[in-house]
Order: sequence, then structure tokens, then C-alpha cells
Amino acid sequence: MLQYTLRRTAVGLLMLLALTVLIFIMLRLAPGDPIDAYINPSVPMSASDLDVLRARLGLDQPLPVQYFARLGAALRGDFGYSIQRGGDPVLPLVLSRIGPTILLMVSGLVIAIVLGIATGIISAVRRNQPTDISLSIMAFVGISSPAFLTALLGLYIFAVTLRWAPAGGMLTPGAPFSFADLLAHLVLPASLLSIGHAALIMRYMRSSLLEVLSQDYVRTARAKGVREFWVIVKHALRNALLPVITLIGSTIGIAIGGAIFIESIFDWPGMGLLMINAVSRRDYPVIMCATLLTGACVILVNLLTDMAYAAVDPRIKVA
Amino acid sequence: MAGLAILVPILLATVTYELWWPYNPNDIDLLAINKGPSPEHWMGSDGVGRDVMARLLQGGRTSLLVASVSMAISTIVGFSVGAVAGFAGRLVDGTAMRLVDLAMTLPPVIFLLVLASIAGTGVGPTILVISLLSWPVLSRMVRSRLLELRERDFVVASRGMGAGLWHLLFRHGLPNTIDILVVYATLQVAGGILLEAGLSFLGSGVTPPEASWGNMLNSARSVLVLENYPRQWMFPGAVLVITVLAINFVGDGLRDAFDPRAELN
Repeated sequence: MLQYTLRRTAVGLLMLLALTVLIFIMLRLAPGDPIDAYINPSVPMSASDLDVLRARLGLDQPLPVQYFARLGAALRGDFGYSIQRGGDPVLPLVLSRIGPTILLMVSGLVIAIVLGIATGIISAVRRNQPTDISLSIMAFVGISSPAFLTALLGLYIFAVTLRWAPAGGMLTPGAPFSFADLLAHLVLPASLLSIGHAALIMRYMRSSLLEVLSQDYVRTARAKGVREFWVIVKHALRNALLPVITLIGSTIGIAIGGAIFIESIFDWPGMGLLMINAVSRRDYPVIMCATLLTGACVILVNLLTDMAYAAVDPRIKVA
Repeated sequence: MAGLAILVPILLATVTYELWWPYNPNDIDLLAINKGPSPEHWMGSDGVGRDVMARLLQGGRTSLLVASVSMAISTIVGFSVGAVAGFAGRLVDGTAMRLVDLAMTLPPVIFLLVLASIAGTGVGPTILVISLLSWPVLSRMVRSRLLELRERDFVVASRGMGAGLWHLLFRHGLPNTIDILVVYATLQVAGGILLEAGLSFLGSGVTPPEASWGNMLNSARSVLVLENYPRQWMFPGAVLVITVLAINFVGDGLRDAFDPRAELN
């Protein structure tokens, strides 16, 4: 187990390093002068000043040297200055947006897991009956409709027409912070975010449970006279959950993608909204910092999923 | 089959609309701003008096064009990378697969946004960005199929008789991966439509005045349109979902036809 953990961690770190190289290359492919990332745009500078600054920053050095300089700076938390927003340093700006995004994603994920697993079980137990067929059709539609469309429709129905929930933002502006207020703003985007994911989990859960239910040990349990409820909960469910755990881990990237659309539609002050604004204003330092952090999160989550899986299923370590 | 029955009319309509629909997607009629459906404008008109139906059809043409071209590019690139990785030995294999791993680390939408911020907006860059994003999945599937194939007797025999890499790829590799390619290509068209719509929705894909389903939905990001003129974004949204559903049906059907046990996820 220890060896496996160490090996996976090393691979994860290497991936992170490769990601920094990729981002560095992309930064260089981007149109514009790289020096823009270092200067505070609200302070005017002459061309000769820029040359001096360029030499001091090492931007006249060969690219590999520059790469390691950037890497060192990034390790110390220096990602340059934002081109928009009057030249704030990038890192605090991005970090301040992580909290809301995590809140949104975790609530969405929890809803998706509960909903997906529950409907998956119902579907598998009532196989080929009307309940199963209608749930499966709903899942198919859920997978095929893009996050931004369900979000728009949800916003139109629940916030604009029915006025059950506020239409955007995270807190009521001007009002003192209260948990109920946060929750009221959170429910709609989080549930809409969970739709696609829940549909995916439901399909996996259904097929995985159906496979387990045809196994010999399930028949044995039934033959012993165990009640159907306990057969499913104790014997079948535990084994059927394994592939679903991997699925949840490996689709975290999709969830982040969905979160971007939800944030843009609901004006949720998270990383996604920051990123979209940065893209439309070509604010490369912010884009790159946010990308790196997101990539690091995905690598970390994949690592944790692999380890959780290895802890649950001892056969993994051999492979 | 049901999928095809929906897909073919949509395809025909978008390709031939100029012949039977009187309005042009970019014609502005200031006397008919934000009108509801009427006998003249079946789906009403938008904020500057353009006919929604005409924009929908032209947008469908753009979206399907972007999706099909990027599907073709990513299928070719995906097959080539996967095939070379599968047949050309360990060093090439290792390098190619690490690249694929790397490309798959980043969440697709983020990768898409970063690439789009570099490539710019418009039809060409959008195709480029979607193709760049899509090939790794295919190349991994092709590779694992070919790794299996490489050990089969007829390939070993062919190799023993001195067949080159080129011969192996096209005489043995291509016919034996055709099922993966066809199913992938079909589903990739649906994926391409969704990616284009998403990108244009965020304002980084196909930009107005050029119509596409994504940027027609983009207009709903303004509260005014969202609240008061739901038809302007619900029609493109509905057509988008129906098209994607139809393509997915066809793709699932093809998958079952080729191999009921095939795992493509």
C-alpha cells in the first residue's frame, strides 16, 4: 500500500510539472507581449524603461531559463499582475474565488451522488418496468442536454416565472450575512449543476448493480432467505458501488466544466466567472494561474480516488 | 433508426433553407423587433428584427459544419496517434500516451477556454480548438485495440514477412478499428455541437453576426431577453437538444450493431 501510494504521488507530481510546462508554452503562444504580465497597467512606462525591466526580469533570456524562473516564482506564490482590475496581484485574486466554487461544486456533487445512486438502485431493482424506463429516458435526456441549457431553463422556470429562488449572486447585496440567505442562493445553481452528473451516476449505478445482482453470492443470500431489501443493501450494493466511486472521481473535470457555465449564468462569484471574464479580456496571467490551480485540483482528486479505490479493493495494487 | 428519422429532416432543412424560406438570417427589419410568432415569421424575430427561423437554420448549418469538420480532424489525428503508439514500439508509445494523459488532466471546458483565448474567435479557430481537445480519447481507444491486435497471429505473420509500419496500419490496423472509428465519429459530432454551443454561449466561439446555436443562446444571458422573449432562446435550445439526442441514438445503435459488449466509455 505504501509503495503504491508513493508511486501514485510521484506520478501525480510529474503530471503537475508537465502541466506547468504546457501552460508556459501556451502562455508564449498567446498574442501580446509577455512583459504585460509584470507591469502594473495603471503606471505608465516608456519603451526604454520596458527594456530595462525586460532585462531585469530575464525576459531576454532563452525560453528554458525563463521557464525555470517562472516556475520558481510560481512556487513562491508570485503569478504576476492581472491586466484588468488595475493590476492586482493574481494569486490572492484567484484564491479568493476558490471558496465559492468549492461550495457550489461540493453541494452539487452531494446532490448528484445521492440522487444518482438512489435512482440507479430503484431503476435496477425495477428493471424494465415503467419506473425504470422513465428514469432511464430522463437520464438519457439529462446526459444529452448541455449544462448551460438546463441552467437557463431552470433559471427561467424557478427564478423568473415562479420566483421561488433568487436569480443570481451568492448573497443579497447589502444585507448582513446569514446562512439562510446563502442557502437560498445556493439551492438552485447546485441542483442544476448536479443534473448531468446525477444522470451519469445513475446509469453506471444501474448497470453495475444489475451485474452484481446476477452473481452467485447474491443468489446464495436469497436462497438463505435473506430479505430482498437486505440482499440489495448489504450484499449487492457494496460491490456495485466500486465502479461508481471511480466514475465520480474521474468525472470531476466534467463537474468543473459544468460549474463554469452555472457560475456564468447565476453570477456566482467563483473561479469560473473569473475565468470567463479573464478570457474575454485576454487577461493571461489570471487565466494561467486559474488553469494551473484547477489542473492541480483535478490531479489531487484523481490521486485520492485511486487511493480510496486501492484501500477498498485490494486487487488493484497488483495491476 | 428513430434517431435518423429526426436527424435527416434537420440536416436537409439546414442545408436547403435558402430555397424555401423567404428571410435571410442577417436581414434587419426594424419594424419587426422582438415580435412573437406570426404567419410571416414562424418563430418570431429578435432584438434587431432578424427572423429567428432563418437564424436558426443558418445557425444549424454553422454548428453542424463546425462539428463535422472538427470530427473529421480529430478522428484522423486520434487514429494516427493511437495507431503509431500501438504499433511503433514502447518509446513512441510512452511519449504519446503521457501527452494524452496530460491533455486529459485539464477539465475540457477550461482547456477549451484557454485555447480559445489564444486562438481567437470565429468559425476556423473554433474548429481548431474543438479538434485539439477531442482526439486524445480516440487515440487511447485505438491504441488499446491495436496493442491487442499486435499479438494476433496474422499480424505477427505479416510482420515476419517484412511488412512495414504503413502496411500494418492500413491493411490490418484500420479494418480492425473501423467499428471504434465509426461510433466515435458519430458521437463526436454530438460532442462537437455541444462544445461549439458551449464555447459560443460563453462568447469565445462563433461570434455574431454569424449565427450559431450557441450564440443564439448567448442572447439569453441578458436578463431582458431571458425574461421577456423566451422564444428567442428556447427554439435554438430545443433544436440543439433534439439534434444531440438523435445523434446519440444513432451512435448507440451503431455501437450495438458492431458489438453488443463494446465498452466505449
